[in-house]
Amino acid sequence: MCGIAGLIHRGKSSNVGSELQGMLQALKHRGEDSTGYALYGDTDGKNFIMRFKVGENVGEGSSSVMEDVSVYDERKKIVDETLSEMGAKIVKEERTLPYSLRYEIDYNVKDLLEFSQRIESIPGVEILSMGKSLEVIKDLGNAKMVCDRYSLDKVVGTHAIGHARMATESGVDIKSAHPFWGYPFSDVSVVHNGQLTNYWNNRRVLENKGMRFMSECDSELIAVYLAEKMRDGATLEEGMKASLTGLDGVFTYFVATKDSLGMAKDTMAAKPLVLYESDDLVAMGSEEIAIRSVLPQEIDTYDPFDGEVKVWQI
Amino acid sequence: MANLKTVSKKSKAQSMGMHTEVLTGRTQQKFFNPDEAENFYYFGTYDVDFNKRTELDVKDMTAPEANKEIDNLMSQGYGTIVIKNPQGKHSLGVGILNKLNLIFEGSLGYFGMGSCDGPIVRINGRVGWSCAENLMAGKVVIEKNAGSCFGAAIRGGDLICKGSVGARTGIDMKGGTIIIGGDAGAFTGFMMQRGRIIILGDVGINLGDSMYDGTIFVGGEIGSYGSDAVDAELTKSDQDWLKRKLKVAEIGENFDVSKMKKIVAGKKLWNYDNLEPTEKKGAI
Repeated sequence: MCGIAGLIHRGKSSNVGSELQGMLQALKHRGEDSTGYALYGDTDGKNFIMRFKVGENVGEGSSSVMEDVSVYDERKKIVDETLSEMGAKIVKEERTLPYSLRYEIDYNVKDLLEFSQRIESIPGVEILSMGKSLEVIKDLGNAKMVCDRYSLDKVVGTHAIGHARMATESGVDIKSAHPFWGYPFSDVSVVHNGQLTNYWNNRRVLENKGMRFMSECDSELIAVYLAEKMRDGATLEEGMKASLTGLDGVFTYFVATKDSLGMAKDTMAAKPLVLYESDDLVAMGSEEIAIRSVLPQEIDTYDPFDGEVKVWQI
Repeated sequence: MANLKTVSKKSKAQSMGMHTEVLTGRTQQKFFNPDEAENFYYFGTYDVDFNKRTELDVKDMTAPEANKEIDNLMSQGYGTIVIKNPQGKHSLGVGILNKLNLIFEGSLGYFGMGSCDGPIVRINGRVGWSCAENLMAGKVVIEKNAGSCFGAAIRGGDLICKGSVGARTGIDMKGGTIIIGGDAGAFTGFMMQRGRIIILGDVGINLGDSMYDGTIFVGGEIGSYGSDAVDAELTKSDQDWLKRKLKVAEIGENFDVSKMKKIVAGKKLWNYDNLEPTEKKGAI
């Protein structure tokens, strides 16, 4: 079933980590195999923040295997050497869990494709997100468990999207969890509720165009699809509108960039979405109770109609 | 209807003029005999006094706890219950088979007022998906917007949303009336079998797709017609009924119903001769 939630503060920052945790926890009945956060925090914008994993947290149905921590250490060492070879300087390093790391990197390049390909050529290493503001954190368990494990409740920023997953199309592991980074674009992330029925057709076409897929999760297609559109010069909104016909199936998805948040709903309106919009805050989720966790007072909400695309700026 | 015939009066219900037809084919015809009324027990009902009023704050309750407390209050004879702080909780007010004035001071989540039979409900907020699903009788009024599958499979009663509603409104409805003050989403009236839908605003694509029967009235623009949904003539009788219904619903009282479009089933897909045994309820 899965649940998605997102919010954007316009003109101010807020404790988006805690707010999103509350929204996703309210949706935990829609799935708690894994939970993911894409948080757009307040930063000075000088360095890249790279969230990556050097191993898997393996749950039911996963094609991955659990490995020894010593393997993670070895992979981390290779990542550090590779960054050094590319002239990227590690400014700050955090290792939240043995397999999950956060680096702040001083690296002066706009095209992240080559950078990402070099890092991910190391076996077992996957970049979860790369950007000057975006941080994707995802792991097994419900929203509170992941929030506590990664200490996300203190994260201050402008906007965030998240996902509570009930695994259906692929196994329970981090690589199949949402959000998906819009590789190789800085600060682009996607969450999705639904099922895409032309996944393999689109995947073959996009892979032939040089795009990369890390999982077998159909939702990853949205991130790659939008990334490819933007690579060809489309705006985010143009890419999202194209997805209404380019993607087949039922879906409601959110996409976020450094300064914007968008939503798209398929032409059959088969997947739920409730939306609250005011001058200073937009909050949306699969169910109203997600919004109520940040706005308990009586508010006006509505369901966007079929085939609707909306984008908001911070 | 298929294979309807006018027959000589047989039962007391027929002699009261409630119906004259006999149903054939796969129809199971069961008519209520008023002589047996005193032996009739309707499970989960209470004698309530509409002037006996109370409030119930459900802020810290789960939906089952809140619903049990509503049932408990009805058993004490409360006929008017005001629910405070529903805060978008799912499944509130479900399964009420009683005459009752129920007022929600706030919004409901999914499946609010599902499977009810008889209550008069006012929701001073919004409702999520599948509000009043399977409503048998009564009246549910929503002051703001509603989610998708609004009034799915209702069999009777009036369901009124003063705002806009999502997709598949009135899907599989088998009776009753749904009135929308604003716009409605795609697939409105999808596979509806009986009943009427009134939409004062615009409606999305595939209106009345695969409808068996029933009538849809639209005041605004139609995105597109679904399979086997066709225009029909808006008669004087239709207009009179629409005026009456909108007035009773306290919605669009001054709306110019003469310009509304009437959509019915083309019946090219028609293979349907089941009717609901609503006569039983009418006899009570």
